[in-house]
Amino acid sequence: MTAVFKRDLKSYFSSMIGCLYIAFIISLVGIYFSFYNMKGGYPYFGDVLNSISYIVFLALPILTMRSFSDEIRTKTDQILYTSRVSIGKIVMGKYLSMVTVFAFPILVLCLCPLVISKFGNHDFKGDYACILAVFLIGCAYIAMGMFISSLTESPIIAAVITFAILLVLQMMTGITSFIPASEFGSFIGCILIVIAAALIYFSLAKNGVAAAVLCVAGISVLVILYFVKGSVYSNLLPSILNKIPLTVSLNNFSLKTFDVTAIIYYISVGCLFVFLTSQSIQKRRYS
Amino acid sequence: MIEVKNLVKKYGNHTAVDNLNFTVESGKIYGFLGPNGAGKSTTMNIMTGYIGATEGDVIIDGHSISEEPGEAKKHIGYLPEIPPLYTDMKVLEYLKFAAELKGIEKGKRAKAITNAMNLTKLTDVSHRLIKNLSKGYKQRVGLAQAVLGMPEIIILDEPTVGLDPKQIIEIRDMIKKLGKKHTVILSSHILQEVSAVCDEVMIISHGQMVACDTPENLEKIMEDTSKITIKVKASKKDIDGALKDIMGIDKIEYKNSSEQDVVEVIVTTDVSVDIREKLFYAFAENNLAVIEMYSYKMSLEDVFLKLTSGNKKVVNKVKRAGKSKKEDKSNKKEKNEEMEDEE
Repeated sequence: MTAVFKRDLKSYFSSMIGCLYIAFIISLVGIYFSFYNMKGGYPYFGDVLNSISYIVFLALPILTMRSFSDEIRTKTDQILYTSRVSIGKIVMGKYLSMVTVFAFPILVLCLCPLVISKFGNHDFKGDYACILAVFLIGCAYIAMGMFISSLTESPIIAAVITFAILLVLQMMTGITSFIPASEFGSFIGCILIVIAAALIYFSLAKNGVAAAVLCVAGISVLVILYFVKGSVYSNLLPSILNKIPLTVSLNNFSLKTFDVTAIIYYISVGCLFVFLTSQSIQKRRYS
Repeated sequence: MIEVKNLVKKYGNHTAVDNLNFTVESGKIYGFLGPNGAGKSTTMNIMTGYIGATEGDVIIDGHSISEEPGEAKKHIGYLPEIPPLYTDMKVLEYLKFAAELKGIEKGKRAKAITNAMNLTKLTDVSHRLIKNLSKGYKQRVGLAQAVLGMPEIIILDEPTVGLDPKQIIEIRDMIKKLGKKHTVILSSHILQEVSAVCDEVMIISHGQMVACDTPENLEKIMEDTSKITIKVKASKKDIDGALKDIMGIDKIEYKNSSEQDVVEVIVTTDVSVDIREKLFYAFAENNLAVIEMYSYKMSLEDVFLKLTSGNKKVVNKVKRAGKSKKEDKSNKKEKNEEMEDEE
């Protein structure tokens, strides 16, 4: 694992991508920090970070796009998968190298609250909680980007897809306002989701009978539920969709609440995608 | 030792490897021969654990590649068709990374890297970026990575493709050197290379093994007729007269020779008959001067073309020959059974 970690980390700095990302984040946050906190005299760095966090995340695809797709494209994955290192460890090595690159600007950001504290009012707890939340959300998004990179052999496609998903997640609250909140609307929406899930299962497992059973069973449960207790469906889809974006709970941190549920959510999402990445590589080996 | 058991690999509806079975013994150089798309690379990729098999298994020194990949991969060094090189690394840096990846102990790494670099003559370029190296040197870096830590089995997928003749000879010599201490399996579609380097040849076609034997034996098995070409300073009539008493000739062909007054005759006989001596005396008795006489030998190239053309008759013949050879070695019991069956 350490071999992969060291190589990838070195490669991020020799290919400039790592330096570019770090420089971009530090200069961006630096500008906001000097205008709002320094010049404007606003003592809460967490708030400022919260308001610009979306740019920090939207730039993440440049870090994750090459992780696996480039290896697949240049066939260097052959040396990795024919070595004695297990796939789980290879994935972890790559993931940790990206997390390390992401940690560099975050560490620099940790200095900002210290600077503010020199000039009077300060809130260390709130500021550092915010920085921690941004770091963990970033780690979860890196895992997601890595997963997408493992699905394709083109780094550009990986970057575009990751960027699009991050963008949709950022705009989720706006999107959900278009989704019908009525009982019937949510009911139809849930049926469509079940059908989509069955189709995805069919395309992956190529098992028509199991997919049909899954589809029929899911729909019948939804129908029964609709007639027995229809009120469950009221505003169901919008409220679920609103909870998906990781950044929603970031507001809690800048509102001086340490949201443990959110922290667990970030870490779980990260773990899920790291796991999915190793599964996607295994699937590639056997198909 | 490597055992490949009932190996099947399917890509969607296409079967790349179709029920492949073979055993590789230690300390020999094996050549994996087949036309493009025969399943050579796929088989090698499965043997080294890069891709998984649809069915079947590969056992390396008693360890299954699918169940104990860590133990099985320990014995293998692999150079894929495209060397897996990180072009943004320097040669030494890359080999250090490969050594760590292979799990070579920290104290032994430096020595292993020096050995591999000496063997592949890379010492001069050790501090250069891989992307700036020529194709031949890149291939050598790939080879150095494969022999790093001196694994017992070295698998090379078309190691000489795209190299100039001098580099090809160098790599071949290197392989021969490696074959003294290690088991080497190399794939190629260059027949010359295989007959020059390998102790045993495995010919695969459409994902199936069609022959496995030494190059010489394969040539022998495939010959069903023997052809002798003779250049004689005489007219066709005289030659006909000289040849008419010789028994066992199936066919006589005449060709015009470029030399004046010389006729070229090709005499075909059954492979079991040797008439060279009789021919000599027949011409001598008739006072006809024989300028040249040679028997035509089937090259590995002919064997390969015949076997991979899909001619079932030929394939069955080789299989039968291979079977009887194995039985000679192992036990007589099975042989008796087969004879009974034939009866």
